[in-house]
Amino acid sequence: MFQRISTYLYLRPRLSLALLLLPPLVWFLVVYIGSLLSMLVNSFFYLDGFTGQVVRQFTLDTYAKLFIPTNVQILSRTLFMALAVTLGCIVLAFPLSYYMARIASPRMKTFLYLAVTLPLWSSYVVRVYSWKLILAQEGIISWFARLLHLDGVLNWYLSSPLLGGPSLGISLTGVFLVFVYIWLPYMILPIQTALERVPKSLIEASSDLGASPAQTFRNVILPLAFPGVVAGSIFTFSLTLGDFIVPSLFGNSSFFIGKAVLTYQGTSGNIPLAAAFTMGPIVIMIVYLLIARRLGAFDAL
Amino acid sequence: MRSKPSAQSSGEHAPWWLKLGAVGALLFLHIPLALIFLYAFTTDESGYTFPPPGLTLKWIPRALANPDMQAALLLTVKVAAVATVAALILGTLAAAAVYRYDFFGKETVSFMLILPLALPGIVTGIAIRSAISLLDIPFSFWTIVIGHATFCVVVVYNNVLARFRRSSGSMVEASMDLGANSFQTFRYVIFPNIGTALLAGGILAFSLSFDEVIVTTFTAGLQQTLPIWIFSQMLKPRNRPITNVTAMLVVVITAIPILIAQRISARGSDSEGATK
Amino acid sequence: MSDQAAVEFQNVSRVFSMQHGSEAGAVKAVDNISLQIRDGEFFSLLGPSGSGKTTCLRMIAGFDRPTSGRILLGGKDVSDLPPYERDVNTVFQDYALFPHLTVGDNIAYGLMIKKTPKAERRKRVDEMLELVQLAGFADRKPAQLSGGQRQRVALARALINHPKVLLLDEPLGALDLKLRQQMQVELKAIQQRVGITFIFVTHDQEEALTMSDRIAVFSQGKIEQVGAPAEIYEHPATAFVAGFVGVSNLVSGEVAKRITGSEAMFSVRPEKIHLGATGGEDMFTANGKVRDVIYLGLYTRYLVELDGGGDLVVVEQNLKTTSMDVVKIKGQPVILSWKKEHIRKVGG
Repeated sequence: MFQRISTYLYLRPRLSLALLLLPPLVWFLVVYIGSLLSMLVNSFFYLDGFTGQVVRQFTLDTYAKLFIPTNVQILSRTLFMALAVTLGCIVLAFPLSYYMARIASPRMKTFLYLAVTLPLWSSYVVRVYSWKLILAQEGIISWFARLLHLDGVLNWYLSSPLLGGPSLGISLTGVFLVFVYIWLPYMILPIQTALERVPKSLIEASSDLGASPAQTFRNVILPLAFPGVVAGSIFTFSLTLGDFIVPSLFGNSSFFIGKAVLTYQGTSGNIPLAAAFTMGPIVIMIVYLLIARRLGAFDAL
Repeated sequence: MRSKPSAQSSGEHAPWWLKLGAVGALLFLHIPLALIFLYAFTTDESGYTFPPPGLTLKWIPRALANPDMQAALLLTVKVAAVATVAALILGTLAAAAVYRYDFFGKETVSFMLILPLALPGIVTGIAIRSAISLLDIPFSFWTIVIGHATFCVVVVYNNVLARFRRSSGSMVEASMDLGANSFQTFRYVIFPNIGTALLAGGILAFSLSFDEVIVTTFTAGLQQTLPIWIFSQMLKPRNRPITNVTAMLVVVITAIPILIAQRISARGSDSEGATK
Repeated sequence: MSDQAAVEFQNVSRVFSMQHGSEAGAVKAVDNISLQIRDGEFFSLLGPSGSGKTTCLRMIAGFDRPTSGRILLGGKDVSDLPPYERDVNTVFQDYALFPHLTVGDNIAYGLMIKKTPKAERRKRVDEMLELVQLAGFADRKPAQLSGGQRQRVALARALINHPKVLLLDEPLGALDLKLRQQMQVELKAIQQRVGITFIFVTHDQEEALTMSDRIAVFSQGKIEQVGAPAEIYEHPATAFVAGFVGVSNLVSGEVAKRITGSEAMFSVRPEKIHLGATGGEDMFTANGKVRDVIYLGLYTRYLVELDGGGDLVVVEQNLKTTSMDVVKIKGQPVILSWKKEHIRKVGG
């Protein structure tokens, strides 16, 4: 019986391929691609403000709503945050990546690799939660500031209108810090990979030719690490664009894309507007990926 | 190999600011997780006072007995288990097809499988939410599972495909040559060789699903998985000590399998290296 | 039935369609081959890589199927049989041992599938290990073996099923020279002991000449010549065979005319040429200068530049000469001579 089925299929490789490929393919086409399409479809519907029902009729009005000032502000605020988080991650990641790639002994390197990947794999919500503890008014940062008699500085900082807030736990600074913390491993690993590929001889050649360490760094190492930086920024950028957890927990009343999408689809049931909003990150990411490919980032992944 | 210069012999020495930066980044990554463990034992019930006014073990049994937490944990485990099984089947089939056959659009298949993990979670989430709304499907256990399985497939796929590529391509042919049909070959040769890859991929898929909160928010309706429960506790803290303990629990539950999975993958590549 | 061919190819072709990006095309890996391999023969498929020999082997095993034509095993058309229903076993180039099984279980794999009782399995595995000189290795894992030992395990695993035909796909390719020569002798001995038809794929002409009863020389999907080793060596049917099997000196044009009186291309084997003039009606002679001398112990290889252009390789046994003597010849003018009957006119 099995023998006969096996033989039947063996002699028909196209059929065997179809049998293997069909379940995953159907799943992805129906569930995933289908969902993406239905999102696209939904973004051309609109919400009847009077009945609160979605009207299934083609319109561009929903997209037009993206361009009212509040929503433009949300988009640009998110974009700006994603940019800031990416820069923060680069600055913080570089020394560790460099140390891992070029200085650490093989054993040290294994250890560091684990130390970087472990947070990456541990629970996202819990990692966010840990910052609730840290940034709270009565938390470790305030305690540390008091210890160093810097609480005055902290309060002065919090009183600044743009970055401050009632506490670090409810401020744009808080949102920024948590984002940097959450996505940092995504930046460290690609930069480390890129730096690892820089042949040692290149650095020696540079110092041979009379470059100071700073010059070598600027003229040799930095350009070679660049694809890694771009690769890492794909993650930090994309993940920040789409996140709603962190702004919901640490943000003040100002919205980000993710939070806006969540609110529109949830409380107000305005799925068309939520879908249209999501096109924002998708378009931004597609443009970003195209640029990144130009810059050779995909070799560093 | 040449591009991986051994470090001790490189003679590159680290300036103090580089070491400081590296240590700083490491602390930045790990102090928050350490605090999770500390706060699980704090006696402070109404805030996040540092240093904790006192330490106690009493919240651990209470958290474990908390019915809301238990319900959320049970749902999360059930979702993760079913999603993992689905991902194992779909991912292995796709990996086998891509490895064994040449067909038009092969790269597109790989690309499509990676997409749900590569795009921001909110895209997958709102997309599935749109479909649910468009088709008037009621939220259920299965809406959560479908979303999770979709982004878990790629983890299994990558692990299994990598193992296929590392093992000798003629092994399957050798088995058939010696008289085994396709099913016997799967049982006696393919399965034993990809077994650890399946285990590692399955563990990763399980933890991915266990942790997921963004997509789940859009597919769960009013149901609460554990991450969503923690999220809601953060939005409106009602029971801080229990949330503290649960957070620690989640770290432990996810970290241990990941460490095991990494060891399995590493050993798989080691023993493979030895035969070459 | 004894005159029945063990393997027969009837007008077999195999076309691969290629899909590389936008380019689509077809490659004829095997081009209308007809061939008969006799029962009990040690038969080699010899040719450069990409000449179609491995594709032929894979079609006998059943891993690949002809686009057109038929393949018969013992007179029976097997075109629609999968590998596991063919009475043929294969020794793979990379051995393809199962890494998760011990040596003993690897060898017993075919018997396990056939549900042979355990006791008998063990007995036959021991016999096989004895045959390939690996007694006592049954409990090791393949990773613990050397390349040569793995090769023997692969051989034992294939032979334990007593197939009608054993296929060997460049099995010695990964071994070093010494081990290789030793295995050549051993393989031949084993084949004579078990009496199974061996079909041996190789690109190494020396290997094919040493071991085979008959050889088929492949080029670009076609068979150039089939014959016993001596026949192929002494009477190459085409310029390709002359060039591929053994070192062959090809001479044509003006220089050929000066030697033979005809511009037609001819070939002459290096060992047939003498350094120095040997008079006689039945001899050709040519003048040249020794450009290089390589002393190889058993014999010496000379590279002689002919007057008028072109090189000839000459091999002489070191019957009386020593390394000191031969090196002195470098740079000297010489006369070469060989029997007229030793040249072959070759086409193209």
